[in-house]
Amino acid sequence: MCSLALDSGLRGNDDDQNAASRLSRQYQYRVTGSPNLSLHAALRGKAQTAFERIENFLDASFGGADNPLRHLGALGLYFLWILVATGLYLYTVLDTSIEGVYRSIGHLSREQWYLGGMLRSLHRYASDGFVLAMMLHLAREWAYGRYHGFRLYSWVTGVPLIWLAYISGIGGYWIVWDRLAQFSAIATTELFDWLPFFNEPTARNFLAPDSINDRFFTVLVFIHIGIPLMLILGLWAHVNRISRVDYLPSRRLMLGTLASLLVLALVKPALSEAPADLALAPTALALDWFILFIHPLTDITSPASVWSLIFGATILLFALPFLPQPTAQPIAVVDAANCNGCSRCHADCPYEAVTMALHPDKAGHKIAVVDPDLCAGCGICAGSCPSSTPFRSQERLVTGIDMPQQPVDVLRRQLEAQLARLGTQAAGTTRLVVFGCDKGADVHRLTSADTAAISLLCTGMLPPSFIEYALRSGADGVVVTGCREGGCDFRLGMQWTRERLAHQREPHLRSLVPPDRLQLVFASRSEGDTVATVVNKFRKQLRDLAVASRKPPAYSRRIR
Amino acid sequence: MPKPAAIVGQIILYGAFAAFIGYFSTSPTYQQIPDDVALIKLSMSHLGGRECRKRTPEELAKLPANMRAPLDCPRGRSDIKLVLELDGKPMFDTVMHPTGLSKDGVSTVYKRFEVKAGTYQLAVKMNDNLVINHDFNFVKEAQVTLKPARVLVIDFNPDKGGLFFQ
Repeated sequence: MCSLALDSGLRGNDDDQNAASRLSRQYQYRVTGSPNLSLHAALRGKAQTAFERIENFLDASFGGADNPLRHLGALGLYFLWILVATGLYLYTVLDTSIEGVYRSIGHLSREQWYLGGMLRSLHRYASDGFVLAMMLHLAREWAYGRYHGFRLYSWVTGVPLIWLAYISGIGGYWIVWDRLAQFSAIATTELFDWLPFFNEPTARNFLAPDSINDRFFTVLVFIHIGIPLMLILGLWAHVNRISRVDYLPSRRLMLGTLASLLVLALVKPALSEAPADLALAPTALALDWFILFIHPLTDITSPASVWSLIFGATILLFALPFLPQPTAQPIAVVDAANCNGCSRCHADCPYEAVTMALHPDKAGHKIAVVDPDLCAGCGICAGSCPSSTPFRSQERLVTGIDMPQQPVDVLRRQLEAQLARLGTQAAGTTRLVVFGCDKGADVHRLTSADTAAISLLCTGMLPPSFIEYALRSGADGVVVTGCREGGCDFRLGMQWTRERLAHQREPHLRSLVPPDRLQLVFASRSEGDTVATVVNKFRKQLRDLAVASRKPPAYSRRIR
Repeated sequence: MPKPAAIVGQIILYGAFAAFIGYFSTSPTYQQIPDDVALIKLSMSHLGGRECRKRTPEELAKLPANMRAPLDCPRGRSDIKLVLELDGKPMFDTVMHPTGLSKDGVSTVYKRFEVKAGTYQLAVKMNDNLVINHDFNFVKEAQVTLKPARVLVIDFNPDKGGLFFQ
């Protein structure tokens, strides 16, 4: 509905300034309107705020690139690689006989503590770290509302991975065949026996010492290798629809995490309990609460309650994307006449939604093609398009790839209207233009007599030429703000913006723009005050500059 | 290069992460049963009986040569009645139903009972063919001494004489 209103604004014959102002009002309505007042939305909002505060707190020590909370998926994968590497060694020394499993694992911890024992401890603690990272990743993506629309596939493919992780983790504890393994094996089979699937109670397999044989551990090891392989396959599917996947976190984060696990392994090595004895019930157990919490939960409730919880949570997770959600953003639209096939949108799209095909009208040229199922509607492609420059003289600016809900033509008209308003201020006023992001700190509150604020779908959709255009059309300074490093809602928007402004990525900001007239601010949604402070400081800094000598030459667009 | 304060912050936070993982990977200790308790596990998997009828020579003659089984047995199995008594008092009383859509599978039970450690008179009685038998056709009774954490299994195995304690 909103996009239709914008579209009609585009095609109407209204005066540009009025149109831009009207569109701006509609645009603001789009950003702040259609509130979802459900309990779920309220809960999610609170969770998002909590995550943002903790992330901002961790940023102070780690910075965005090394902040573990901002890279939970990559961190989880890193734990998985540690598990695979350490597991390979443990497998080579494992004796799969009933007596042998306990003895061979125990031997590592006692006689070879410096290698096998450390690897065993790393294996256990990395598994706990994996579960922790996985559950935090799930909670964070939910809190940020990243489970519907174009993210549906990633969300749905992620849910079975939780099952695989827990099956693998619980099975791993059985291999040691100590008292804890005995407890977990019996508790798990008793839980399974509540389901009406088995002809005979599976818990009968652990009735008495002579109930199990050596083949049990051979099968168990096979499962403990097979399930993680399925997990890796599932992870491949999970990240299949996004580009430039962070398969590993930053080197510093990896080293720091590994060091902390190594220190933990030294201080508190993972050890076996007493050997399993099915004639005796295990009493006090050093339980791994990350993985085996389900057993005490069954004891204090019932198998029926636990299965209801497990299946209920799984169904809820699968159903979550299909609950009523905010209207999906319109997707990017390619204009064949203005697409020169440069592939920049293809390179910058965070979700591999843009591919290149043969141009239907220009022989030997390519054209961008947008996959509607994958497009996030972030506008990063519009920001990457070389045709998205406001210096073009056409009355209506049409670029190669654009967003229907906020076309670059509207952006230019909005900017020109705001610059015209700022131009009416008294001489000596320091006029600022602030470009912000709908997902980051609210920049509309900064609008004042000497400040124009324009919020974009994502800061990554800002073509750098708009900054030059603003400065050459009357602004004294430009502030560009977006999400904190590692916190971009569309993954790569701020990274591309930073690189474009630093002349490291096309389309880059021309060197005509003095660096001291541009301020880049990384701020999350809750940091509106921080942005306001930076803007005020920047304004004061600009006042102290020798204005005439440091501004790029003035420019006035000729309308063709 | 991170500032010294950031490095200190990282060390503290990595330490907190390791401490969190280290603590909850083994603590708090979980105790499923109290120290002075033993377990009795009643578990069996047994085919209930069925009443077969001997075919008459005339009936056998009417059948194809390869199908002349002397007994005509129904496919379904009988329910099994099972009673467990501790010191003469009923502890568990159930009727186990055969599994399978045609009720031709085994009847099973798996129950775990927590009892205070001590000496008890334990009796288990089973009737595996409710159609024919009007009383329990398998009975096992014995005085058992259960030490703390001891697991006593009550099972059924025809090769071991029927009901047995382990």
